[in-house]
Parts: sequence; structure tokens; C-alpha cells
Amino acid sequence: MIALALPAATTEEGFVAPTIEDTHYRDILPWGDPYGVWFDPGFGKQMLMVILSVVIIATFFLIASRRRQMVPGKVQFLGESAYGFVRNSIGKDIIGGRDFMKYVPWLFTAFFFVLVNNIFGAIPFLQLPTFSHPGSAYAIAAIFYLLWVGIGIRKHGLRYFKLAVVPSGVPWYILPIVVPIEIISNFIVRPVTHSLRLFATMLAGHLIVTLAGSAIEYMVMTGNILLQGTSVLVLLGAVAMYMLEALIMVLQAYVFTLLAAIYIEGALNADAH
Amino acid sequence: MLNAAIMAAEEGSSPLAPNWWEFLVTLAGFAVLMFIVIKYVMPAFEKTFEERTAAIEGGIAKAEAAQAEANAALEEYKQQLVDARTEANRIREEARAEGAQILADLKEKAAAESARISEQAHVQIEAERQAAVVSLRTEVGTLATDLASRIVGESLADDARSSRVIDRFLADLETSSQGAVSNSAGAAK
Repeated sequence: MIALALPAATTEEGFVAPTIEDTHYRDILPWGDPYGVWFDPGFGKQMLMVILSVVIIATFFLIASRRRQMVPGKVQFLGESAYGFVRNSIGKDIIGGRDFMKYVPWLFTAFFFVLVNNIFGAIPFLQLPTFSHPGSAYAIAAIFYLLWVGIGIRKHGLRYFKLAVVPSGVPWYILPIVVPIEIISNFIVRPVTHSLRLFATMLAGHLIVTLAGSAIEYMVMTGNILLQGTSVLVLLGAVAMYMLEALIMVLQAYVFTLLAAIYIEGALNADAH
Repeated sequence: MLNAAIMAAEEGSSPLAPNWWEFLVTLAGFAVLMFIVIKYVMPAFEKTFEERTAAIEGGIAKAEAAQAEANAALEEYKQQLVDARTEANRIREEARAEGAQILADLKEKAAAESARISEQAHVQIEAERQAAVVSLRTEVGTLATDLASRIVGESLADDARSSRVIDRFLADLETSSQGAVSNSAGAAK
């Protein structure tokens, strides 16, 4: 389980690195295993944290938006700035036009949902970015995949698929090459990368910190003075990686939302691309 | 070490295999959050933004109106000041003209008065002189008669004669106004 907390992780054979499995904690509420790995119905820490994030975000923004003062207080100002950032810097600047407001709730919810769940990974004791579990990353990317495909169909009808995969101004004899590439790029690679980018960066950052933690633990536990001294260097490196990871957590929330906005804009203006 | 990690990963499921409960919880979480955002958070923020914009624009409009009003009032005051100044000048001019007129009138009146007074004085002097002449004539007559009677020694009390003498004497006196008294005196001798 948690390599950090278990001295038993160090065996006589030397250092055993923590695995991805170690990021999947034991279920808090296990209720049998009738569906196997694919549908493990345990209620784990990760799910609890997803719910916690919803509570935190909803509470904060409900409080921030409740007073509605002309001259905002600190909380209201923070909430308005956060909302205004997604609304204007992502929604208005990327999607623009008359009807960007329709998509602001999607972007706003996505940004803060991803942001708070990522930052969980930088908070001691919580220490788990929930999107390092692929299920969550697939879920949120799927939401936006369905959203922008749905927007495209609603705006352009079934012609949307032609608009999306057949670029205008390309000579007919190149189309047999271009169209499959476009299909793969737009409808397969795009949603997959949208989810995997978030998942992979969170998992990698989480693994690095976990790895450094268990390595320090191992070095300190060997009783070898040289290894114990070296552990200080590992600690410094781990702190630096922790900082980098904290930056990436915020950055990935922004990137995820920005890409979602770009995809929505692409679907809305498929005929102009 | 690396082998151990790979082997450990291979033992479990692929890292890309999702836990579908986590998938569902994430979907549900997103949906709940989205509902709250659409229902409560966004309308509140948008309304606040709109009210703030309205308040700022209203404030600017109000300030502009106040500025315009102040400018109008200033113009009005300036105009009033110019008017008042013109009015004051006009009044001053009028007063000056009136003063001159009054002065002229007074001068004229004074001149008339002085003329009248001197005229009256002349008339009075003439009347007094007339009175003096009349009384002198009477007295001179009596005196001359007295003197003549004394000189002549003869009473001229005789009324008929004395009246004749006096009448002749006075007639002489009439003819020559100057030296009438001496003439009459001479005549009386």
C-alpha cells in the first residue's frame, strides 16, 4: 500500500520501487468483488476526494457569489476573479462570438474541478491527484468529447463530419491520405490525448514524489551513513520536483480547459476551418 | 530496480485500465458541480457584473449631467454678471445725465430767482422813490411856503393864493426834473 508508511517495503534484496498499484489505495468501503477488475465496486479514497472537491468548489463559489456586493469583499473578489478568468480569458477569447456564454459553465466547472482535484496531490495527507487514476481522466475527457461532437452536429448537422475531416482547398488526389489522418487526429487522437495528457502528468508527478519518498525512507533505514547522507540530496530533489509538480497541476487544469474551449470553438466554426 | 517496477506493473492491471466506479463518480461529481454552477453561481456573478456595470455607467452619466449643470449655471452667472455690469453702467450714465439736468435746472432756477429778486428790488426801489418824490413834493411845498412866507413876511395862509403859488411852483418842478427844488426855491423868492 503506502510505501512511505511501510518500512516493510524495503526488503533484503535492496530497494523496491513503489508501483502504480501503490497509488490505488485500499478501498474504504469494500463490498465484494463480483465484477472483477473492470467493475471493482469498492469505494476508495480517490472517489471520496472527487466528492470532497465538489463540496469544496461548490461551497466556495456559493459563498463568494451569495453576497453580491457592488464593492466586493475578499472572498467575493476572489470568486469573481476566478470566474472572470475562465469566462473572459478562456471562454470569450477562445470561443468568442455572441454565444460563448453557453459554454462558460462547462469550462468553468471543468477548470475548477480539475484544478482542485490536481492540487489535492500537493496537499499533505491527501496527497493524491485524483486524475492520476485513469477512470476520472477518461470521464472528464469523455464529457467534453461528447460535448464538442454534439455541438458540431447541432450546428452543422451530419455535414459536420465532412467539414471536420475534409479540409477545404486540398487537391482531390491528396484527400485519400488526408481524410484518414484527419479522422484519426480529430476523432480518436484528440479525446485520447485530452484525457491521457491530464492523467499521465498527474500520475507521473505523483509517482516521482512517491518514489522519492520511498527512496529517502529506504536510504535512511539502511543504517549506512553514506546512504543516509545522500538521502538529503534526494530530499532536495524531491522538494524541487514537488514544486514543479504543483506548477504542472495548475498548468494542466488550464491546458485541459483551454483545449476543451479550442475543441468547442473548432466544432462551432467547422465550416471556417 | 527498473525490472522490478515493470514486473510489479505487469502483475497488476494496466495503468490505463480505469476503475469504472471512479469513472462514474467523476461524471456524477462533474454533473452536480455543473448544476450548482448553472443554477446558482453563474447567475449571481453575471448579475453582479451587470449591476456593477450599470452602477458605473449610471455614475458616469450622473457625473456628466452634474458637470453640464454646473457649466450651465456658471454660464448663467457669467451672463448675469455681464448684465448686471451693463445695468450698473446704464444707471450710472443715467444718474450722471440726471445730475447734470438737475444742476442745469437749479442754475436756471437760481438765475430766474435772482432775476426775479432784482426785478422786485427795482420795482420796490422805484415805488419808494415815487413815494419819496410824492412826500418830498408835499413837504417841499409846505417848506417853501413857510420859508417864502417868512421871507416875504406876508402870510401866505391865504389859501387861494398859496394854492396858486404852489401849483405854479410844482408845474415848474415838473418841467425840469433836475434842480426843480432850487428852481422852485428861486421862483418862490
